[in-house]
Amino acid sequence: MAPQSAPPYSPIFGRLSLDALPLHEPILVATFCAVAIGGIAVVALLTKFRLWGYLWNEWFTTVDHKKIGIMYMILGLIMFLRGFADAIMMRLQQALAFNGSEGYLPAHHYDQVFTAHGVIMIFFVAMPFITGFMNYIVPLQIGARDVSFPFLNNFSFWMTTSGAILVMASLFIGEFAQTGWLAYPPLSGIAYSPNVGVDYYIWSLQIAGVGTTLSGINLICTILKMRAPGMGLMKMPVFTWTSLCANILIVASFPVLTAVLVLLGLDRYAHTDFFTNDFGGNAMMYVNLIWIWGHPEVYILILPLFGVFSEITATFSGKRLFGYTSMVYATVCITILSYLVWLHHFFTMGSGASVNSFFGITTMVISIPTGAKLFNWLFTMYRGRIRFDLPMMWTVAFMVTFTIGGMTGVMLAVPPADFVLHNSLFLIAHFHNVIIGGVLFGSFAAINYWWPKAFGFKLNEFWGKVSFWCWLPGFYLAFMPLYVLGLMGVTRRMRVFDDPSLHIWFIIAGLGAVVIAAGIGAMLIQFAVSIWKREELKDETGDPWNGRTLEWATSSPPPDYNFAFTPKIHSLDAWYEIKHRHVARPTEGFRPIHMPSNTGAGIILAGISLVMGFALVWHIWWLAIGGFAALIVTAIAHTFNYKRDYHIPVEEVEATEAERTQQLAAAGA
Amino acid sequence: MSTTTLPEGNAAGDFYDLHEHDHPEGHSTMLGFWIYLMSDCLIFAILFACYAVLGTNYAAGPGPQDLFELPLVALNTAMLLFSSITYGFAMLSTQRGSVGQTQLWLAITGLFGLAFLSIELYEFSHLIHIGATPQRSAFLSAFFTLVGTHGLHVTFGTVWLVTLMVQVARKGLIQANKRRLMCLSLFWHFLDVIWIGVFTFVYLMGMLR
Repeated sequence: MAPQSAPPYSPIFGRLSLDALPLHEPILVATFCAVAIGGIAVVALLTKFRLWGYLWNEWFTTVDHKKIGIMYMILGLIMFLRGFADAIMMRLQQALAFNGSEGYLPAHHYDQVFTAHGVIMIFFVAMPFITGFMNYIVPLQIGARDVSFPFLNNFSFWMTTSGAILVMASLFIGEFAQTGWLAYPPLSGIAYSPNVGVDYYIWSLQIAGVGTTLSGINLICTILKMRAPGMGLMKMPVFTWTSLCANILIVASFPVLTAVLVLLGLDRYAHTDFFTNDFGGNAMMYVNLIWIWGHPEVYILILPLFGVFSEITATFSGKRLFGYTSMVYATVCITILSYLVWLHHFFTMGSGASVNSFFGITTMVISIPTGAKLFNWLFTMYRGRIRFDLPMMWTVAFMVTFTIGGMTGVMLAVPPADFVLHNSLFLIAHFHNVIIGGVLFGSFAAINYWWPKAFGFKLNEFWGKVSFWCWLPGFYLAFMPLYVLGLMGVTRRMRVFDDPSLHIWFIIAGLGAVVIAAGIGAMLIQFAVSIWKREELKDETGDPWNGRTLEWATSSPPPDYNFAFTPKIHSLDAWYEIKHRHVARPTEGFRPIHMPSNTGAGIILAGISLVMGFALVWHIWWLAIGGFAALIVTAIAHTFNYKRDYHIPVEEVEATEAERTQQLAAAGA
Repeated sequence: MSTTTLPEGNAAGDFYDLHEHDHPEGHSTMLGFWIYLMSDCLIFAILFACYAVLGTNYAAGPGPQDLFELPLVALNTAMLLFSSITYGFAMLSTQRGSVGQTQLWLAITGLFGLAFLSIELYEFSHLIHIGATPQRSAFLSAFFTLVGTHGLHVTFGTVWLVTLMVQVARKGLIQANKRRLMCLSLFWHFLDVIWIGVFTFVYLMGMLR
């Protein structure tokens, strides 16, 4: 890293000056122009069609868990495109930088790219995706009308979005961290990273972390307190169970991230000595603490998708899930075990043989409940009447891919093997194998599965299959070479290479990334074509897949209040039971329905947090203090609003339900 | 386990709640607040862990025995413990529905809280004055951060307490305000428990080192 000097300071703009704009970087200037033109076009269109009021009233201030869920998905999708752009830039750089070539990315830019890729993909793609699914589906699956704290839900979403905006701002104003996605000190300390990159990292994660923690508390309360009558814990759908465990993990791990980032921030801002090389600091504290959050985090990501796969396997095999009870216990076991393995991320950092053995064994033990889950899915399929629609295709792809990733994970869990493989491309291949094969394939399965519920029409099958058949081989093409390279000893985060014999593998991996890009393109086309031809793909029944759980019991999209009458639960597959017994849908005796009111407080508070975060990054102290004061005053003012709910009048419920009756009659259901 | 309660037929009343009532307002608040407190407790756990690991790294600077004055800390502890008792009295008054007494006890609680904060600020300024700053050693970084985070919580609790007093004055002891008083009560006693940990682990055991 080139020696860096602290930038000049002004009382009004802090460290911010025109030099912060990357005018000398042609790639960034071109990106900025494209983003600016696109942004202006969107704003112009919204203004032309007078959509601002609609967006504000119906979406930005909404407390409806369904709309918030959709907004999380949109956020995740946008950030996914950014994260993937980073990925393909790295692949191109590594494919070019051979035979004396430096490639096209200078070191300080390349280091930002791989840091931003990791941060964005985990915090602003995978997290919004799973939070979006949980938000949308969990209340429906438990027969509730909304979450426990609807305002907090809106606030959580906007805090996550503010964090994402701050990361995006770092692309054009200043720089992002050059430290890798976990920002280990002392590299991330003020001595070695004196510029704003790490500060962007800290504040975007802190702001988004508030949202994540609150959303975790909210969903735990929702699941524990708002289940329909009769739904005991062991009658909850598996997705709700895995969501419960994931949210428990969120609440029990994100505070650790918050605390450790506060300490890193204190080291940088107040020059304390927690993780410094001198004055008694201890950088290993940071590494331990961040992984005490970091390992549960990967289970936060995968558990809800295990739930998705369970729902899909049961639905598309036309059978009830095999081994429901063991599935629940496996989930709970994984939840607990995920706290006992963090040290396997740094076997090589001198903990000694006994400690390494303990954590190696706990890590291997985790594969047992995970294996139990896989067998449950296989036995659900066994002798089932399997329909290979898109959700099921992604599920089967997951089972194969995730198993391979799991096996390489067990290899890494063996400390002596890890000493060879640590920080190599083998590790990179392993975690992409489980995150893409598990979290991403699961998200695509869930999108194809629940899209008809959210919008009332199915997704186009042809483009979905094109996307699938690009993604699956593309993934193997992109990541299997990394296993090979890792076994040859190539370390991660390298920018240029000397050994020409490695070149061919990087070219294959680059081609894989291109095939994946085609898969992403096909998926975007799939969404566009489906929206365009939505009349042909329409589903009037609300239950296009012959589903088994309660989200399929209502119309698609569901009315604001989800269920006119709350279902009573007698068995695990509640909706299957209702269908199976031909229970008539009640069409009279409706009552006014109690619902929460929309509020702008969430987006305002998150907006102030964003400004405050930006001010803190650039040391604009007056703005940071003013922002903090505004935050407190706005929050207190919000507590003086006692009118937070209303009743949907019975006439409106009657009209909506009458429409639904007609719709069902027309669909012949 | 999952098929024990199946009804015989297919009457709509068996499968839909036809006579349901609204969820009572604030039905999840106490659970939610408890979970929030536990997440906050984890933040303190991390700060305690840091103090445990870094607390002997004096970097040739002053240690606990050079810095801590137990009589002052004992006084401080008394302030916080008294504030917990008076908050308890405020809750008892709330149960009886007496706005005046509730406000009085809340005000006394707030004053004890301010006394605690003043003593803590005095201690901090004294330490900084004699050169024992948070930048001096990892021990002092961990000390100031742990104790200071607790102090910040008390500060927020005091701001919250004043806000609630205004709200009780305006609206009386309505259900929503009672719930909020209950949450602050949990928060306030929680900070008391954390302080017992700080007092024991940082100050008493520090003097024994």
